[in-house]
Amino acid sequence: MSPKARPRLAVWKFASCDGCQLSLLDCEDELLALADALEIAYFPEASSAMDPGPYDLSLVEGSITTRHDAARILEIRRQSKQLVTLGACATAGGIQALRNFAAVADLVAAVYASPQYIETLATSTPIAAHVAVDYELHGCPIDKAQLLELIGALLVGRKPALPGYSVCLECKRRGTACVMIAKSAPCLGPVTRAGCGAICPAFNRGCYGCFGPMETANTAALSRQWRRLGATELELRRVYRTFNAAAEPFQREADAHDG
Amino acid sequence: MTVKRLRVDLIARVEGEGALDLDIEDGRVRAARLNIFEPPRLFEALLRGRGYTEAPDITARICGICPIAYQMSSVHAIENAIGVRVEGPLRALRRLIYCGEWIESHALHVVMLHAPDFLGYPNVIEMARDHRSAVEAGLLLKKAGNEILRALGGREIHPVNVRVGGFYRAPTRSELMSLTGCIERARDSALQILRWASGFSFPDYERDYELVALRHPHEYPLNEGRICSSRGLDIDAASFDSEFEERQVEHSTALHAVLKRRGSYLVGPLARYGLNFERLPPEVQSLAREVGLAAVCRNPYQSILVRMLETVYACGEALRLIDGYDPPEAACVAAPPRAAVGQACTEAPRGICHHRYEIDAGGTILGARIIPPTSQNQLCIEEDLREIASRHLSLSDDALRDRCEQAIRNYDPCISCSAHFLKLTVRRA
Repeated sequence: MSPKARPRLAVWKFASCDGCQLSLLDCEDELLALADALEIAYFPEASSAMDPGPYDLSLVEGSITTRHDAARILEIRRQSKQLVTLGACATAGGIQALRNFAAVADLVAAVYASPQYIETLATSTPIAAHVAVDYELHGCPIDKAQLLELIGALLVGRKPALPGYSVCLECKRRGTACVMIAKSAPCLGPVTRAGCGAICPAFNRGCYGCFGPMETANTAALSRQWRRLGATELELRRVYRTFNAAAEPFQREADAHDG
Repeated sequence: MTVKRLRVDLIARVEGEGALDLDIEDGRVRAARLNIFEPPRLFEALLRGRGYTEAPDITARICGICPIAYQMSSVHAIENAIGVRVEGPLRALRRLIYCGEWIESHALHVVMLHAPDFLGYPNVIEMARDHRSAVEAGLLLKKAGNEILRALGGREIHPVNVRVGGFYRAPTRSELMSLTGCIERARDSALQILRWASGFSFPDYERDYELVALRHPHEYPLNEGRICSSRGLDIDAASFDSEFEERQVEHSTALHAVLKRRGSYLVGPLARYGLNFERLPPEVQSLAREVGLAAVCRNPYQSILVRMLETVYACGEALRLIDGYDPPEAACVAAPPRAAVGQACTEAPRGICHHRYEIDAGGTILGARIIPPTSQNQLCIEEDLREIASRHLSLSDDALRDRCEQAIRNYDPCISCSAHFLKLTVRRA
């Protein structure tokens, strides 16, 4: 393939920890091959060459928390043929969306002596609340294999295979005994989207939901099971209000235990 | 009077987003400001009202490059509050997972972000066309660090296994033994990269930094030690506030940490190495001399060598820890809450990371404060920039901008980390 024919990739950052874009650099075995298949046109974390758009594929990490960023994402969408969001911040607002349930001025005042210098919005919102998104990769952080699947699929022009089912299926596939049944450990696996490979139960702990809600998550039924295992209302509220707190099914379930 | 401002809007090859403003007036640098415009994520405020056991998982999300640093500082600080000590094999496992993070983070910075500066490439991909072997060695090294994180933590980014009191699951001896081949090859790769980087041309630049790092009676510091400096500071983590303070500056969403009595100080590989040279094994000390490093190095450009020397050390230390590993009876010790305040400092790849938590009798976090390494180095970075820009005012704006960006990358600044937290503008006259 001539260099000219390579699709142009851009990687963008909003409010986030850098972990999801790091997943791209963590593809140690595939990185040099990826760089042959794609032109890395804009990826400031990895390159000081920042070439102007338009781009064939934009990978977007992070959530929108400032007016400046709300304007920036509109321009990125205009410059991008396909736009894919990476991870819990970009798809659901991330851990920083906990501000959505508090008075942001109080939070800023708790961290900064001179809050007046800090410009930030009252909410942390996902990218899809601002622009059309073509695909979403969930997770805090995203799974490297899912990222490679997505890029590979888009390169050949097919739809990426991304599961909407729960972590439970991955536990079964991995051969991990159910931690809720075998160890009475409260687990969010039954309502959480697969993709991580069911890591937490394999490490003797319940899933904490970092991939966000699966499709058609029955959170109310799971909460009843948690109560039977001794979980308090406070614990239920906390576990749903974590890395995907602003994802609708998790937000609703947390609210149900905020009394 | 003529004033000129040079601006770098987005500093590349750093983690997170920052910019630099340089004001040049009548041929002198008047101001160098590192602007961290990373949107504030307000972690310390979000931690209030959360359970003390949630701190390692939540604070990991401050930084995807060094989540273990946050997990370790948080569990040590909380254990300090509740009066729990984690010893024996669990302590060794914590040191091992931290070695994994040092290897992964140092390999990323040295080969993928910093080396291109010395060789004149915009990125590692372009550099790989001419330096394929070094880049492949770097990728292998990075992967080995990540293998340690995956084996002990479940995944490389935001590992899931660290908890207050120890781990959720302790690995079997054979699980750790399966890593040794990969770590031995990584150690060879680190040696190859160190010797390769020792041939780079380093600007003749040194500054009399106050070096601040942990010191431990026997070990090169990772999880434990007293906070010491090259000017006689020697305190425990709980006395941090008596010597250090954070100041907010208008141009940055990151707070600046300073020594109350002396101002700026340097944390990270140069500080750690300079204060702990004698804690390195003899073969690593010899290696330092072989690549031209004295027992104290004050040239920030040579931090690339010190980082790779530390990586060689971390590989050897990981092998030593695995060799001596005897699985614990339980993966964690009991860690019930009590109303208390706890503080701890550990050595993140970029330098000391200080956490302080106040928790109530039920374990709810009442207050949290996190001081990441990059916010401690900001003042030092600005002082370096002022000095380095002053020496290169005859350069074109573009060339000056490159020099300044490189000066910043010497610090491997992690801007996402500055929980509370860059753009180059040069104003010239």
